[in-house]
Amino acid sequence: MRVRSCDSLVLVVRVLRGRVLVVCAHGADPRHLSCRHPFLQNYPLYIRSAPTENELKFHYMVHTSLDVVDEKISAMGKALVDQRELYLGLLYPTEDYKVYGYVTNSKVKFVMVVDSSNTALRDNEIRSMFRKLHNSYTDVMCNPFYNPGDRIQSRAFDSMVTSMMIQVC
Amino acid sequence: MEAAAGGGCGSGPPLLLSEGEQQCYSELFARCAAAGAAGGGPGSGPPEAARAVPSAATAAAGPVADLFRASQLPAETLHQITELCGAKRVGYFGPTQFYIALKLIAAAQSGLPVRIESIKCELPLPRFLMSKTDAEIRFGNPTELHGTKVQIPYLITEKNTFKRMDDEDKQQETQSPTMSPLASPPSSPPHYQRVPLSHAYGKLRSNTEQMHPAPYEARQPLVQPEGPSSGAPGTKPPRHQASLIRSFSVEREPQDNNSNYPDEPWRITEEQREYYVNQFRSLQPDPSSFISGSVAKNFFTKSKLSIPELSYIWELSDADCDGALTLPEFCAAFHLIVARKNGYPLPEGLPPTLQTEYLQAAFPKPKRECALFDSYSESMPANQQPRDLNRMEKLSVKDMADFPVPTQDVTSDDKQGLKSTADEALAKDVSEDPATSKDSNSLKARPRSRSYSSTSIEEAMKRGEDPPTPPPRPQKTHSRASSLDLNKVFQPNVPATKSGLLPPPPALPPRPCPSQISHLRVNSKRSAQRRPPTQLPNYGDFRLQKQSEQAPEAEIHPQLNRAPSQAAESSPAKKDIPYSQPPSKPIRRKFRPENPATENQDTSTAVGGPASAATVKPHAAVQKQSSKQKKAIQTAIRKNKEANAVLARLNSELQQQLKEVHQERIALENQLEQLRPVTVL
Repeated sequence: MRVRSCDSLVLVVRVLRGRVLVVCAHGADPRHLSCRHPFLQNYPLYIRSAPTENELKFHYMVHTSLDVVDEKISAMGKALVDQRELYLGLLYPTEDYKVYGYVTNSKVKFVMVVDSSNTALRDNEIRSMFRKLHNSYTDVMCNPFYNPGDRIQSRAFDSMVTSMMIQVC
Repeated sequence: MEAAAGGGCGSGPPLLLSEGEQQCYSELFARCAAAGAAGGGPGSGPPEAARAVPSAATAAAGPVADLFRASQLPAETLHQITELCGAKRVGYFGPTQFYIALKLIAAAQSGLPVRIESIKCELPLPRFLMSKTDAEIRFGNPTELHGTKVQIPYLITEKNTFKRMDDEDKQQETQSPTMSPLASPPSSPPHYQRVPLSHAYGKLRSNTEQMHPAPYEARQPLVQPEGPSSGAPGTKPPRHQASLIRSFSVEREPQDNNSNYPDEPWRITEEQREYYVNQFRSLQPDPSSFISGSVAKNFFTKSKLSIPELSYIWELSDADCDGALTLPEFCAAFHLIVARKNGYPLPEGLPPTLQTEYLQAAFPKPKRECALFDSYSESMPANQQPRDLNRMEKLSVKDMADFPVPTQDVTSDDKQGLKSTADEALAKDVSEDPATSKDSNSLKARPRSRSYSSTSIEEAMKRGEDPPTPPPRPQKTHSRASSLDLNKVFQPNVPATKSGLLPPPPALPPRPCPSQISHLRVNSKRSAQRRPPTQLPNYGDFRLQKQSEQAPEAEIHPQLNRAPSQAAESSPAKKDIPYSQPPSKPIRRKFRPENPATENQDTSTAVGGPASAATVKPHAAVQKQSSKQKKAIQTAIRKNKEANAVLARLNSELQQQLKEVHQERIALENQLEQLRPVTVL
């Protein structure tokens, strides 16, 4: 049975004035799908935003950041794929926000949008947040009732993200 | 001590209230009245009772509505009750209406139709589900309550039963009312309707405040593990009552009566545990190993719960998130599914009684028992049957109905019995948490449970008891033709169609043709049969006899007649039986010419050595007939071979087709696989 390694999860965490936006999006491996269903790539698996206003802006931001993620992945080259660091670091800064990325080995992308005003967030904290997200995501994947590509409805995942967002803000 | 029906309330029929009922109703009414009425209160004294519409005497609609909702009856029933009790007519809930309504609620909860007639009989007290917080809040000023209660009888406009009741109430008040109703229900028979009253009653006693507006939500805390509830400002009596209300449900499980866990629905009983273990075994023979995710998914999907719910149940039960279920995890998951099918909402977190450590501690030796289970795992459901039948609440089992193949419900007594076992298992679930299950819900949910359990038990049964197909029934061939070999009789008739019936005769030594002379035939056939040694003596004897009697032709006929008949009886001659009579003539003719030849020989041989000569003589005579028989046999053989060839060819063709179809299928599957990543996304 073919493993659907084309999925990706994009998570956006937006920290703004004490509130957080978290978005997860699903992406697809272009090698498998590009010629057929380009729209199916990189669709969100999970989106979460703490302040609910202007969510669409952040969704757009996340989507555009996916390109950066892909670029970073491809930039590594095939030889380094195995050693590629999962944490991508700051993808790109805007004047208001910082976008961090994280990709798993199965091309699941996590994107976190953090408000620039929140200077308390260190890189290590971001890393740990991504690690927690990754762990929760693997727990979700272990659930046989979860089909890869479905939206994530796991309560454990939700609670983890909530706690993370609360902690951050 | 029942209050006699008085002159009849103007707005309602005479009401027979027992002592407990009176206390309960008056307290409820007081609570509702106190909760709602601002002004009335205990202050209004007896004179006000004379008022036709004493505002203080009415239970405010809000609390009353809440109370009715807490009874967990469906809305239509509540509407009916409201109408019947007269509150709608008079526009308010006076004591009369209130009491009637309470009695109707009790009737409805007992399953009786909502009619005035229902309340004339003795009924259990109505159950109301209150939250724990209510109990704590209300536990306070009994005196105030008493005051209100005292007021009540006088508020009744009509002369009716309540007066006397109130007098009795007053007397009772002085006692320890909290304990009296509480004492009885926990020991009551498995009629869980009684018990919640104690809970409600105790809470009523303790309350003067408004009823909790969200009785439904109260279910949630009751279902939750005791942890969160213990955070409440735990006044002990409410907790005691709460534990009582929970322990009552566990009447059937004595081990839980004194438990500290309030989450009775999440407690796995012995029978349930065994059932779960059996199911586990059916999926995974080794109870110390896991069930993989996909296997468990297929299994749990049969429960017909929605995927998100199943996903959530998995999330709860798979504690180590490894995508596989160990036995305790499996039991927890199964139990959650069972509970969910019975209508209980899923908990927020895994209840402590379902956690792995607890399950392993509570049921410490699943491994050791596995050998036992192996031996009687299939009979386990059957074993449960006798116990379960006694206590079966069929309704509760219906929850399981949705498990696979509802058609299986239709059939046998076995399944009825199986259902009863599942009923039992689920009845415990239901009884364990009546506090959290609405009557209507459980009633509706119950019809579904039957087939679930029954089918799952049946699955277990079937998995273990795949009856081997019986060995192919031997056809009507005589494997051992003692004396009469029907094959030889039928063979010439159906040589081709029943190639399988090819009798062993072809393999036998040359068999005399049935058209042979009778006794010779008999003799030779007998010799040709499988028991030549046994035949030979007969043969020889017979032959001797025949030969000795051959001389007189006249005797031949009877002999021949006898011989054919004997041959018909005993020999496997092909055409003996059907042609027992007709061939006799030609045989006779044949026999005659041979007779002299044989006679001489026979007589001579008979004198000499019957056995050896007998064999020689019949051989000589037999050879002619044997050739004919050989031909017959050979034609039969040929035909059978042809048939064989035809069938073999057909077989090979079909095999070829099968291979082609297989290849097609593989090709299609490949295509599907290739297309899948695109389509599914």
